[in-house]
This record gives sequence, C-alpha cells and structure tokens, in this order.
Amino acid sequence: MATCNMARSTLMRWRGGAWTCLTVARRSASSAPEPVGPPTRGSKLLLSLSQWFHDVEAMLLWRSRQRSRALRKKNAYYGYTQFHCGDNVASAYFILSMRGAFRFAGQSEWFRPNARGKFSWDFRNFPEEPIEEVDMSGTQMNYVGLDNLVNQRVLRSLSVRGCPEVDDWFLSRLHIFQDSLEELDLSHCPRITVGGLASLHRLRKLQRLDLSSLPRLQNPGQVRILLEEVLPHCQVSGVEYSQGLLPRRGAQTEAETETETNLTQRTHTHTLTH
Amino acid sequence: MSTWRVIARAGSGLNNGIFIRSRIFARHENDRPSGFRIFSSSNVFRTDFFKELESQFKASREKAFTAMPGSDWDPLNLTPGRPPSKTDVVIVGGGVVGWSIAYWLKRKERIRDGVRVLVVEKDPTYSQASTVLSAGGIRQQFSLPENIHLSLASAEFMRNINDHLSVLNEDPVDLQFNHSGYLFLASEKGAEIMEENYRTQRYAGAKVTLVSPTQLKEKFPWLNTDGVALASYGLENEGWFDPWTLLNAFRRKAISMGVCQGIGEVTGFNYKTYTVPTEDGELVDIKRIQHVNVRMPNSLEHQLVECSIVVNAAGANSGKVAELVGIGSGPHHTISAVPVPVEPRKRYIYVLHCPDGPGLDTPFLIDYSGFYLRREGLGGNYIAGMSPEEDEEPETSNLEVDHPFFQEKIWPLLANRVPAFENLKVTSAWAGYYDYNTFDQNGILGLHPLVNNMYFATGFSGHGLQQSPATGLALAELILDGEFKTLNLNALSFNRIFSKQPTLERNIV
Repeated sequence: MATCNMARSTLMRWRGGAWTCLTVARRSASSAPEPVGPPTRGSKLLLSLSQWFHDVEAMLLWRSRQRSRALRKKNAYYGYTQFHCGDNVASAYFILSMRGAFRFAGQSEWFRPNARGKFSWDFRNFPEEPIEEVDMSGTQMNYVGLDNLVNQRVLRSLSVRGCPEVDDWFLSRLHIFQDSLEELDLSHCPRITVGGLASLHRLRKLQRLDLSSLPRLQNPGQVRILLEEVLPHCQVSGVEYSQGLLPRRGAQTEAETETETNLTQRTHTHTLTH
Repeated sequence: MSTWRVIARAGSGLNNGIFIRSRIFARHENDRPSGFRIFSSSNVFRTDFFKELESQFKASREKAFTAMPGSDWDPLNLTPGRPPSKTDVVIVGGGVVGWSIAYWLKRKERIRDGVRVLVVEKDPTYSQASTVLSAGGIRQQFSLPENIHLSLASAEFMRNINDHLSVLNEDPVDLQFNHSGYLFLASEKGAEIMEENYRTQRYAGAKVTLVSPTQLKEKFPWLNTDGVALASYGLENEGWFDPWTLLNAFRRKAISMGVCQGIGEVTGFNYKTYTVPTEDGELVDIKRIQHVNVRMPNSLEHQLVECSIVVNAAGANSGKVAELVGIGSGPHHTISAVPVPVEPRKRYIYVLHCPDGPGLDTPFLIDYSGFYLRREGLGGNYIAGMSPEEDEEPETSNLEVDHPFFQEKIWPLLANRVPAFENLKVTSAWAGYYDYNTFDQNGILGLHPLVNNMYFATGFSGHGLQQSPATGLALAELILDGEFKTLNLNALSFNRIFSKQPTLERNIV
C-alpha cells in the first residue's frame, strides 16, 4: 500500500511538474505581465522578429550604411562637369540636382527646379557668370558638398535653412567665403551647436545671420550677445536676448502670451536700434 | 487549481484506497499546532513542493538567460573584469590610444572573431589617466609631416565619427567639438621657423594662414601684440573637444565589436629568449613574450594571459611596462641597454574665471613664451597651462597642483599678452601626466627590434589624444598587414632611438 501511495504521489508530482513547466514556458514567451485577449498582429510580428534579432540588426546596419552612401554620392565633387564646363556650371549643376536654387551675379531671376526636381539646362549658357546667391534650404547638403562651391568667390548669400546634414564642421568650413559672404541663414538646422557658431567670427563681411529654431543650441540669447560682440556689423535675427534665461517672476505670464510673430518683430527693432 | 482537483478526482475514481491513504498521509504531514487542518492534498503539495519548484524553474531560467553570450554572468562567480586566459592581442593600457587600436584591429578583421583582443586597464575609473586630464585640443600646426598627417586623419575621423563609432540603438556620439582654431604667436626669433612650418603644413593639406601683427590686432582686439612678429592661425579642423566622450565612444564601440576588457595591472611577462647571430656575426638575444601576468585590482589574484602579440599603449607608464620585459637592462654599449625613453611628467591646468575676458572668438592660444590658453564654455571661464623648465620639473609621485606656479610663472605672461587677465580668479586646477618622450617628444610607433612581438604606441608627449584615431589605424595595419598602409609613419619607429637621430618638432619659441 505504501508503494502504491508513493507511486501516486510521484505521479501527481510529475503531472504537476509538467503543468508548471507548461505555464512557465507560456509565460516566458512574452515580456508582458499577462496577455489580455488574443495577441494583436503587431505583437505577433514583434514576437517573430525577436527570433531574428541578429538578422534585423544586420538589416538596420545595412540600411544606415546605404543611407550614408547615398548621402556621400549626392554630395560628391562634380569633377567631370568642372573639368569640361568650368567651376560655375559645375556649382550650378550641383545646386540644382540637390534641389537647391541659385542666382547668377549679373542676373535677377533665380534658377530653381520644379516640385519634381526637374530643371532647365539654361544655366549652361553662362559659364562665365559667378554665383551670387544660393538657397540650399531643405537639401541634404553637408561638409563634403561644399567642395562644389569652394570656387564661388563672390557668393554673397547662403541659406541652409532646415538642412539635416549641416553640422558644426560645415560651419567651420565657411571661412572659404570670408571675403564675400554677407547673409547666412542657419535656421532650423538640427545639428548646429555653439561649437560651430564660434567659428563664424571669421566671416568679417557678414551682415545678416538667422539663428532661429536651433534645437541643439543651449542659451541662444547668450550666444547671440557673444556673436554680436565678435561680429559688430552683423544683425543676428531669430533669437531673443532673454532666450535660454530662467524666466523672472511676474514676467513669466507676459512672456507666455507673446506670439511668435511678435518675437521676431521685436528682434528686428532691437537690431535696428542697436 | 481547478485542474488539479480534476486530476485528484479522477485518481479517486480509479482507486479509492489510495485516495484515503493519501489523505491520512497529508494529515500527518500537516499536523499544525493551531488545529487547522487541510484534507485536500493539492494545497499541501502546492505550498510545499511545487511552489518551490516553480520558483526554482524561474531561477534556473533566469540563470540560463544571463549565461547567454553577451552577458557578464559567470557560473563560477569569479572576479569581475578578470581577463581570459587566452587571447591573440593584449593591449596594455586602456586609454584612448589603447581603445583606438582595439577598435581598428576589430574593424580590420576579415571574419567574425578573427582577432581576439584584450584591453587591460588598471583603473577603470580613469582617475589618473592622461586621456581625460588633458586639455583636449587638436591642431595641425606641427613641423613634422608625420604629425600633421596624423592630426589631419584624426580630424577627418572625428568629422565622420558617427560612421565609425555609432552603435545601433545607442545615442550618436557628440564630441562637443569647438571649431575655434589654434593661434600660434612667434617672436622675432621664431618668425622664420614659423614661416617654414607654415609651408610644410600647407603642403600637407592643413588649412592654416599666416597673420601679421596688424591683422592680428584687427582680428583679436583683446590681444596685446607687443613682441609678436608673426602668428599662424588654423582655419579648419582645429579646436578642442571632450576627451572623455571620445574615450567612451571608442570603448563602447570596441566592446560592441567583441573586444574584451580586463581590469587589472600588468605586473610581468613570461618570455622566451632566442640567441640569433646578426650579419656581422654578433650574437643578439631576441625575446618573445608568451604570457602576460595581470594582477587583479585590490587583491593578490593573478591571471596569466597567453597571447601572441602585446601592444604597449600604457602612456606615461609605458617605460615601466617595457622594463618588465627587460628592455634597457642589457649589457652596456649594446642596443639592449637602450631603454624606452618615456617617462611621466606632471603638467598643471588652471581654470580661470574672468568676466571681462575675450569672447566667442578666443582661439586655442599658444604664446612663444610657452603658455597656452583656451576658452571653456560661454560663461567667461578659461583654461591655461604651461610646461615648466627642464630643471624645474615637478615630482611625479602624486597629482597635487602647485598653485604658486600659476601666480609666479603663468599669470605675468598671461596678463601681458591679454590685458583683460589682469583681473582674474583661479577657480580650480588639476594636474595630469604627460607621456613624455625624453628623446625627441614625438610618438614611438612600431615593433621593438629586440622583443619581436611587442608593439609600441606611446610617447606622444601631449598630443596622443588628438592623434589617437589615426594612430590606432596605423598600428592595426602594422599588426595585421605587416606595414603602414594609409600613412607612412616609419619615421616614428624605434630606429631613430637606436641610431640616435631625433625627429624633433621645430619649436617656434
């Protein structure tokens, strides 16, 4: 009888053990505490992807590498065009194929591609005209892309508004235009910091500088003061002096009610009376 | 629970006797003093055994999970950071140069785990490491083409640092590079050398420009140009950055690529000695290291690491590490008596506060009298320092700061050059070690001729941090390809020390 009892208890143990195993196994499959209802399609996908971790990792790496390769290709030096058609045509071709716009020195109309990136080839008719104004806003231009603009000695205005690839190294290379550049628009560039803005003091001719909405710039008000100190003839716009300071008590509500347009207007009057 | 009851009921249906017995059994097991009795067997099993089993399962599952590759769990519960007993390359010194070499070795390997690399660092907090205690500058204004090229290549590396050192699903590396350039001032005596250096630098591709005193006054109105005959100013790729970020970026990437980090101090090498005749018929002892002896921190535990190649990147202590293999202890007038000419030198860095000081255009200023100055942040803080005279070298046993040195030596020169610094306050100061090459103040890169598996990357005398990315690549090429491929750095090899031909930097002072 005792052996029977033993056998039963071991049987029960075994069954219970198996059951525990099963429950444990089921729980371990998902990281959520308890699955509520049937799994959704998204969680199923994530679950199946988790079994392919290294493959997914390799794929993401490959994609980021492809992306940087495409960027390098876009910003490559237009040596062939430069060799056959000269500096100005090469620069113009580079700007238009980056979906930027430019204006030749002696002309008033801008060359600009249409919404689909198509452009006319008329710029080839002016191989002797240097480029005076460049608008690269929203393009993928980076440090390497400046190779194509190095020879534009009369470049007066450059706008890189909202360029995701413009960083401090790009700014440090702008010294090549130090004898001509008068207007520079750096607004909405997500990668610019004070380390790059410190190199702008080499642009002695600079008259207008737009610094609005630079997310990585800490203490923009102070940077504006310091920039105006080293560039006395330059109007720095887009930044309020008090920006980045801790709000005073009482002045807080006033500052909050001010609209964006009000801010920019006041900035202009400030700089004019400066 | 209900399932369990179903099983129990099914059992009772089959054999009633067993059921009763099990009840009795359960009662005996569970004779509680309170008089509370449970007659159901299921509850008892659940609390006594199966509940425990469930937690055991859970624990073993967690254990198995942590034992998977990529975690630091060890079944024997050994010292954390203990190096493995076998590896291919041991890098002595986990400073920025050491980690850079580790990164490039891994980068250049052809198949996964083709090179097993171990970096041994004695102080994982880096409290006395030269890397993190430096001023963090990078310049191309050298006179030796090798140095210019090393710095140019390193600047390019830093420009594309996220192509090299970013790790998937981690934040991108932000070096906090400050593109302010270097400004070297030269006196009447040094103007000619500066012009020559300028030509070398331009030829090598550095963007440097010469500035006359009048232009200097116009550009930097806060500067006193008395005594300045010429200045050279870096336009691109020059400035300063955060050394700790660079070190950590290298380390993070290298570890993610499979480099092993060992914490401990190298206390000795096991080597074999072979006697080889030279062309002249002379007998020379050639050594080959077989094991590296690593002592764990704060313990007497040792670990022997079997390896085929040792890289000495121990910075200021690399002379001592070389002595452990017996370099420099041979008989007189032979090359085995020539030690590695690297020793620690203490240098002070003072943090100054001066609200009226120069602003955003402050470059990394290097005066011909020897002091240097750079801006730190935007709040009117500056960093200054100077190398003491050869006969006034401070003792290197500790890192205490000599405050009178600033008052007596640096401040008069500083206030003379920048009059705004007449009024200033020293807010803090620290000291760090230079890995000073007493022979010619330039890096030593390459294989030691008498220890045929010990490579050196040391002796940079203050510019090791800025040249570390390119140095790592050069040494990885030397180890894996057998020669320098991208940059020809043969001028920085050991031969110059044995033939007593120093490749000196031509100073402008």
